[in-house]
Amino acid sequence: MAMEYQNLFTTVQVHGPAQLGTPLPSGGAWSRGNETLINRWLGKIGDAQIGPVYLGTTGLASLLCGLLAFEIIGLNMWASVNWSVMEFVRQLFWLGLEPPPPAYGLRIPPMNQGGWWIVAGFFLTLSLCLWWVRTYRRARALGMGLHIPIAFGAAIWLYLVLGFIRPLAMGSWSEAVPFGIFPHLDWTAAFSLRYGNLFYNPFHCLSIAFLYGSVLLFAMHGATILAVSRFGGEREIEQIVDRGTASERAALFWRWTMGFNATMESIHRWAWWFAILTPITGGIGILLTGTVVDNWYLWAVKHGVAPMYPAFSVPVVDPSLLPGAMK
Amino acid sequence: MSRHIKLSLGVAFMALAILTGCERPRPISEQTGYRGTGMVELANKRDNVKLAALNALPEATAKADPNGPTAGSLYKNVQVLGNQSVGEFTRTMVNMTNWVAPTEGCNYCHKAGEDFSADTLYTKVVARKMLSMTGKINADWSTHVGATGVTCYTCHRGNNIPKDIWFSAADPGTVKGFTGWKYGQNTPVAANGYSSLPLDSLSSYLANDGQVRIQGTTALPANYASPPMGNKASIANTEWNYSLMMHMSNSLGVNCTFCHNSRDFSNWSDSTPQRATAWYGLRMVRDVNNGYMTPLESTFPAHRKGPLGDVAKVGCATCHQGVNKPLNGAQMLADYPELKKIGATVAVTAPAVAGAVAAAPNVLGKIYFTTGKNDIDAAGKEAIATAAKALAANAAATIDISGFADSTGNQDQNMELGKQRALAVRDALKAAGVAEARINMKKPEFVVGSATAESRRVDLVAVGM
Repeated sequence: MAMEYQNLFTTVQVHGPAQLGTPLPSGGAWSRGNETLINRWLGKIGDAQIGPVYLGTTGLASLLCGLLAFEIIGLNMWASVNWSVMEFVRQLFWLGLEPPPPAYGLRIPPMNQGGWWIVAGFFLTLSLCLWWVRTYRRARALGMGLHIPIAFGAAIWLYLVLGFIRPLAMGSWSEAVPFGIFPHLDWTAAFSLRYGNLFYNPFHCLSIAFLYGSVLLFAMHGATILAVSRFGGEREIEQIVDRGTASERAALFWRWTMGFNATMESIHRWAWWFAILTPITGGIGILLTGTVVDNWYLWAVKHGVAPMYPAFSVPVVDPSLLPGAMK
Repeated sequence: MSRHIKLSLGVAFMALAILTGCERPRPISEQTGYRGTGMVELANKRDNVKLAALNALPEATAKADPNGPTAGSLYKNVQVLGNQSVGEFTRTMVNMTNWVAPTEGCNYCHKAGEDFSADTLYTKVVARKMLSMTGKINADWSTHVGATGVTCYTCHRGNNIPKDIWFSAADPGTVKGFTGWKYGQNTPVAANGYSSLPLDSLSSYLANDGQVRIQGTTALPANYASPPMGNKASIANTEWNYSLMMHMSNSLGVNCTFCHNSRDFSNWSDSTPQRATAWYGLRMVRDVNNGYMTPLESTFPAHRKGPLGDVAKVGCATCHQGVNKPLNGAQMLADYPELKKIGATVAVTAPAVAGAVAAAPNVLGKIYFTTGKNDIDAAGKEAIATAAKALAANAAATIDISGFADSTGNQDQNMELGKQRALAVRDALKAAGVAEARINMKKPEFVVGSATAESRRVDLVAVGM
């Protein structure tokens, strides 16, 4: 019972004086605030203490740029239903901010035909990059490794390939993803259709393998730790130094069930690599599509990946290739 | 409440929630492609009953005597039905009234008190054009309508205006000004299947000959020199195509796999015969819209036109109305032979192309081999003898020989093996009496295919046969 308050889904919340954390070696222009508050509801899923918050120049600039992008996208959507609140709510999932039509190539289009998309994309990219700088600086300031900025960078890589690098390589902004819930999903389907089925793209395969692998690892690790939390297993750092019964049982469980166990350190390396390789391989797959491979199905046929099926019905031929065919 | 009761209630609720996804009665499934490809058509018995009722044929009127004086010789201003006998002509008039204007009667097209020959009402001018369209479809578009053909009822079903017609749609956003652009999409309407796809794709593909084919035909981009590289179709083009495909799918009550193997939409050899029928259907609908509907623009009054002032146009749903064969494939035209006697007032332009779904006439044969070998077996010898016979009968034709190998083993060896197979077939053809000058060795783009029997073959393709 004494351990109950330390479990993931806390039933007992114990409040002491606010935990202000390690003092920073260099304060910089913006010093960290001292205000904290306790939220009982947050305490149910994590730490009840909010703050002290450090926003800093990059954090503030990032939020501002992000807000600007969000507003540009939202107001364009609202304008597209002629500023009707009802229609905005009704069509919200369908509305979007589209990149310029193919005819504009990489030229600057009129504001109302993709110009706003470029502006919104610019500020969103700036916002993400500034937030990345913030994660880098904070990691450095706390004397941490760079795993978090690298992981966030992997996600930014995929975002940049989709919206910037690949459109540049293709010579057309119109290749980029629109902003919007259903519009971006339609883009995804159209992208696979246009380039002959993305499932035959080996980097797409890798990305899926890492994605599903991440999910599996997360489930295995989460389950393992929760299962031994009754022995204090969630206090991982301490367990590495002073391995007690929790970690030993968890390790033994996996050796019994699959003959091999990760260590308290290596499981996090597994998870981190699987997680970052998902967007990294995915980004490579997207970048190769259209630029160096035009039809992934035919590519797979060429390399002996796609199986040939025996004919099921009468053989079908392309009517446009028949003698005397109409246009 | 005890824990057990709570638990059993929870389980019961979850079980109910899962069951809500079930459909009753069990769907009827019909396999339409090779196993494992997901090419299956699903149907629901209850829906089938409803569709059968919706597609029931009207009772046929008594057949008319095809002999006797023609309507053209007896009446004035009979432009398209002049070849029908008077009896047939009368029957056609009665049927048209029942099928198109059952409540309005003759006066829907013939102004009361005027001579029947007068063209006062626009409806009569439209009806004449539609008769001529029916004649054209039945005479020249058997590639799409087969021997079944069409009658007025195929579309009208007792309505003055067929139910599922379409008009060009305005861009729902604002193109002028500083904001509000929608790129003709991102608006849920029936025309795009309530998706975010473009909503006026029918104007591009069913009234204009927009390029439907968007997938690349080569593995690698065909042209690196001019950006955008290779195939010029953009993602935007693809979304327009997608919207058209949704229209076809909704109109016929079928899914993508009715025509395609969804792993390679553009590949014809993986497609079903229905895809060729649809290919002609697209062209037939364009012919109908451009040859018969749009020319009526000055005839139709404003209230019959769309928001952009265009005439009503025909789509797949106009005839199909939710079933993959209109009227569930009933041979209605057979009961009305006089409808085949419609004089064509419009010049016949499209060549009638038969055999859309038959094997390509130019493939003379395929010879299959065992892995790593170039020996011709008995079946292969027979195929060569057949090809030699066909060539003997067509003195002007030549033959292309292409050899293939599967992916087992080393790539260079496989390239050589494909060539050796082609050479073995060439020698066998020569031995069967085909002159060497008529044989062309043609190296295929991809000699080495996947590890299947289909890849271990030589193709014989006739040129000029």
